[in-house]
Amino acid sequence: MKLNNMHKIFRKKSAMAVSVIEGYDAENDRTQKDISDESYWQTVFRRFKRHHLATVSLVVLGIIVLAALLAPVIAPYDPNDIAGPFAGAPSKDFWLGTDQIGRDVLSRLLYATRISLLVGVMATVISTVIGVILGLIAGYFGGVADMIIMRFTDMVMSFPYILLVLVAAAIFKPGLWNIILILGFVDWPGIARLVRGNVLNLRETNFVKGNIVAGMPLRHILFSEILPNTVAPILVYATSVLALSILDEAALSFLGQGVQPPTASLGNMLNGAQSLTVLTTQPWLWIPPGLLIVVVVMAINFIGDALRDALDPNSGR
Amino acid sequence: MGKYILKRILIALPVLIGITIIDYVIMCLAGSPLEMLQGPRVSEAAVEAKRIALGLDQPVYVQYFVWLGQLLHGNLGYSMKSYQSVSSLIGSHIGPTLLLMGVSLIVSLIMAVPAGIYSAIHQYSKGDYAVVTASFLGSSVPGFFLSLLLIYIFTVRLGWLPSGGMTTLGTEGGASDVARHMVMPVIVLAFSMAGSNIRYIRSAMLEILQQDYLRTARAKGIGRFRVINKHALRNALVPIITVIGMEIPVLFGGAVIIEQIFSWPGLGLMTMSAISNRDYPVIMGVCLLSAIVVLVANLITDILYALVDPTIQLD
Repeated sequence: MKLNNMHKIFRKKSAMAVSVIEGYDAENDRTQKDISDESYWQTVFRRFKRHHLATVSLVVLGIIVLAALLAPVIAPYDPNDIAGPFAGAPSKDFWLGTDQIGRDVLSRLLYATRISLLVGVMATVISTVIGVILGLIAGYFGGVADMIIMRFTDMVMSFPYILLVLVAAAIFKPGLWNIILILGFVDWPGIARLVRGNVLNLRETNFVKGNIVAGMPLRHILFSEILPNTVAPILVYATSVLALSILDEAALSFLGQGVQPPTASLGNMLNGAQSLTVLTTQPWLWIPPGLLIVVVVMAINFIGDALRDALDPNSGR
Repeated sequence: MGKYILKRILIALPVLIGITIIDYVIMCLAGSPLEMLQGPRVSEAAVEAKRIALGLDQPVYVQYFVWLGQLLHGNLGYSMKSYQSVSSLIGSHIGPTLLLMGVSLIVSLIMAVPAGIYSAIHQYSKGDYAVVTASFLGSSVPGFFLSLLLIYIFTVRLGWLPSGGMTTLGTEGGASDVARHMVMPVIVLAFSMAGSNIRYIRSAMLEILQQDYLRTARAKGIGRFRVINKHALRNALVPIITVIGMEIPVLFGGAVIIEQIFSWPGLGLMTMSAISNRDYPVIMGVCLLSAIVVLVANLITDILYALVDPTIQLD
């Protein structure tokens, strides 16, 4: 019995030692992909689970995403159909009430979540791709390319973000895909800087130098050697971009410059609350979408924070 | 040191020129001022004459330099709506915005600095978790939703605070009246800024606490209180400067939305009405101004770094 326990403790300890070594491995050489890659993610998962808030967030976010994806199936009414009384309070038939023209708030909320998540994810993907490409070029080639890209990054970063987005929305007519493109094309500088910094460090490592000496093709060095080693920080940063994109879409749509009605988004559902009647007497119209934004964004932020810790090869915990 | 400052300024100059180019390109994309003239009563010849009078027949780069020349003389163009000069419009609206931004910045620092430092010193304690969770809440709540909640609670339900404007209509105003109007917008701006700042200061402080010189100080046995106050806090000045530098663009952006909700008569409210009127000279004037302010703020941050932290390499 005692021996068995000892054995367990030993296994636990050796697992930890392995994880430390693997963190080290992942930092320096990820080309040898065999079982070590698998247990790297196991280590990440184990570390992630220690953050209870993040684990809860993952479940909550999962439920919300599932509900949003299944909106056509589970929504009790068509989101754009006039289904009940005007501005009816929550009742048995309409769990979250109806809006000023009699549409079911719960159904609209489900579809709005879908739109807001779509905007957030697509904008994040676009800005991450742009940022990664520019960062790789700037960091790896250095010199003139680096200078031009980084100065351009400085310029874009100098304009207050929301102002730039508002101006772009005013010029390019607000609408779902325009908002996605605008958010995506404005939000890349952070990632570009992050990737550039990592590439600058990686360029000095022996395994990259070795590849250069061995005459490996540039494409291989950039995408198979350098990029996999910066995936972790990019992933962490992307979660914060996702959170910000969802917040920005909400703010834009709230101001009437984002996703246009009748398409519901979490932001434009709050738009009605600018009128005093809605704000004071019909709280069911604006509190649920507002709270949903807070929950979604907070869950994403908690997950990002836990990921930062779990993916950090230097985190001893 | 002087050389370092000069070098930073020389790096900032091309960025400044780039900002003016981006600004000009956006303004051109937005549409030409001739569009306002067009109508059934305006002849082709009159439009053509106006085009030449405005210099729009010249190549774009010539137009850009003419515009830049005007800019250097402080002429940002004229509003399409009210025909006032953009610089005078900005001048008359910037006061309330600076007041709001300044107070919010100070309030957010008062919240974030002690909370971040407390959290770092008591890492992994209950208090630390509470502070970090609260800071996540701060950066996850949309400013406009928090504003609506505050208006709902303090204006509609309790009737304590006015919901908008800067002074009560029909009264003289006065400092206390303005202060009452400022409470809610300041809370919203400060709360959302403090969220990310707390975590930044916390992690910067954690790094400082692990430094060798602090271990040495502790090893000398000079006591926890003195170690933190004499040795650690002085080094926390660098992250605090960073935070202030990072907040400037956030403040400009946040002000646009918050001023709109609370009808605060500042630059943000002016910009929002210019955006809904498609009044591009005004919009781009504000963009240019805020970009330059951000650039200068970054420059000052860099220079302050060098002053505060002697270990930063100056080359």
